[in-house]
Amino acid sequence: MELIQLVIGGVASGCIYGLVALGFVLIYKATEGVNFAQGDMMMLGAFVALGLVNSDYGALAFVPGVILAAAIMGGVGYGIDRLVVRQIIGQPQFALVILTIALGFVLRFAAGTIWGFSPLVLETPFAGQHMEIAGIIIGYEDMVTIIVTALLTLLLWVFFGFTRIGLAAQAASQNQMAAYIVGVPVHRINSLIWGLSGVVSTIAGVLYASKGAIDPNIGLLGIKAFAAAVIGGFGSLPGALLGGILIGVVEPVAARYLPGGISQMSPYIIMLAVLVTRPNGLFAQIYAKKV
Amino acid sequence: MKVIFKTSYDNDIDLHEDGWARGRIALLVVVMAALPFLVGEYYLAEAANTLIWSLAGMGLMVLVGHTGQASLGHAAFLAIGAYTDVALMNIGVPWIISFPLAGLATGLFGALVAIPAVRMSGIYLAIATLALFVIVEEMVILLEPITGGVGGLMAPSIEIFGVNFDRYTNLNNFYWLCLAVVVAVTWLYANLLRSPTGRSFLAVRDSEVSARALGINITRTRALAFGLSCGMTGLAGSLLGHYIAYFNYELFSVFISINLLLVVTIGGLGFIQGAFMGAILITAVPQLIAILRGTVNDLTGIDLSVLPGLDTLIFSAILIGFIIYEPAGLWGRWLKTRVWFQLFPLARRDMFRRQKSYLKTERQR
Repeated sequence: MELIQLVIGGVASGCIYGLVALGFVLIYKATEGVNFAQGDMMMLGAFVALGLVNSDYGALAFVPGVILAAAIMGGVGYGIDRLVVRQIIGQPQFALVILTIALGFVLRFAAGTIWGFSPLVLETPFAGQHMEIAGIIIGYEDMVTIIVTALLTLLLWVFFGFTRIGLAAQAASQNQMAAYIVGVPVHRINSLIWGLSGVVSTIAGVLYASKGAIDPNIGLLGIKAFAAAVIGGFGSLPGALLGGILIGVVEPVAARYLPGGISQMSPYIIMLAVLVTRPNGLFAQIYAKKV
Repeated sequence: MKVIFKTSYDNDIDLHEDGWARGRIALLVVVMAALPFLVGEYYLAEAANTLIWSLAGMGLMVLVGHTGQASLGHAAFLAIGAYTDVALMNIGVPWIISFPLAGLATGLFGALVAIPAVRMSGIYLAIATLALFVIVEEMVILLEPITGGVGGLMAPSIEIFGVNFDRYTNLNNFYWLCLAVVVAVTWLYANLLRSPTGRSFLAVRDSEVSARALGINITRTRALAFGLSCGMTGLAGSLLGHYIAYFNYELFSVFISINLLLVVTIGGLGFIQGAFMGAILITAVPQLIAILRGTVNDLTGIDLSVLPGLDTLIFSAILIGFIIYEPAGLWGRWLKTRVWFQLFPLARRDMFRRQKSYLKTERQR
């Protein structure tokens, strides 16, 4: 019974890791670059939503507030690509890694300056409520997290697999030059995907904030989300989600049953194990590098 | 522009271009060695700090600048170096033995980690090293008997043949010690780069496929580069431990790894000189910011200290600016400026224009 309880809580927090990981995977699928500022985008998304929804600030209703926040963060994501990332298109991946790390610090500074560095709590309509099924207590925020994540993953999968823009994005990632020649507007697609990733990270941020207080340093969660994305294999949407859930479940279970300290290390140990045995993740998309 | 008359093929890989270049380096070393007589204690301590940072920067430069592998976890190797050195000294090993042992242990650990890690490329390696960093940080907290856990531990003062090199009581000696280590490592590094091993590093960086075609064992080369890089960083870590004197795991935060990346990218990837330029920048900028803060406060009455994290913002802005506008870093900028002067009226604007490139996926279907 206790184990089931732990697993349910783990799945819910795993969904949040998974959502942040989805943000990485989106950008990786479309531009073959990795956005190390994803965790900080999630943090900023949560703060923008907080600024719109909380009664001290914007005092909007919850759902319109979150939608507006997602739209704003979509704009932020689009803007980051348009103004900064597009400047280094075609340079080695490593340049983008350093650039996005620096961007993460800028976002953290912005959030800290506007909202301060002390923890704040997002006001949600489902805070503190829970239901009980056969002796297992499930918080509403956990339910909402799981459902929203499942829906979002489905939507994104349909987007990449079946829509014009999604297919264009995949083409742009596989060969920018060829995609450009057949008429894919590579630059604009990249910016759109960055915007989309901003929206996804806002949703992740709001779900994270519904479970506890937030401060500008929660962006470090991004490192765990990385582990999730790597376990699933960068470039696979369901893989990222499953990787996130795996980490989310293992962490509390390890904290309960294993000696202290292992729990904090567990996501990275799993990740290194996956990297050593299957260097391209459980749902590999990379086969061999050809010349 | 000076033309060098080469009389043998061996001249192509000379350490110094000509007597002038050799003289300049000698002059620099002499000036650096005379620094304790020229500046006050505060600046001398900063100079020692800069030397330690450039040593760590050179460690990362082997990996990022010369072998083309990214690492986001080099703070872990600094930590391993520092803790190994202090642990050995605490059981009575003299510094002169514990210091190289710390470097060796870190290097071996690095090479061991590298064997699975080098199978990964690019982004995966960066993330794996980041994970390794988190694991090492947790291990430091767990291994309390050796590392002092959260409380931290005290680095004993260095003594070689009765001469004391303590950072506080004998700062001059400590500075000379750092200088000697840095000069020795730089000399070895510069020589490494003109040896077959160093050249194979460059080959692996520039094209894995062609390197393999030329008979270079990619895995071994990468593991060797990783090990060397970690060893150098471990040496820097052990000096850093003595410089800080009392430290715990927080000294080796993820920000240190990022600062190290900053050192190599802003300094200039692929140049030994770049590590030094970057180290000077990273130790000087916080001081400049502090001075600027005071000036702004005096002139306008605006108190900038209400904005925590302004330093990191300025660092990030510098980094973004360099990546976008000058990927070759400070040293690259200097080389370009020098060429402009050497060719004076003949330099052309597009001489250093970046080649246009586009991205092809590594994923194959």
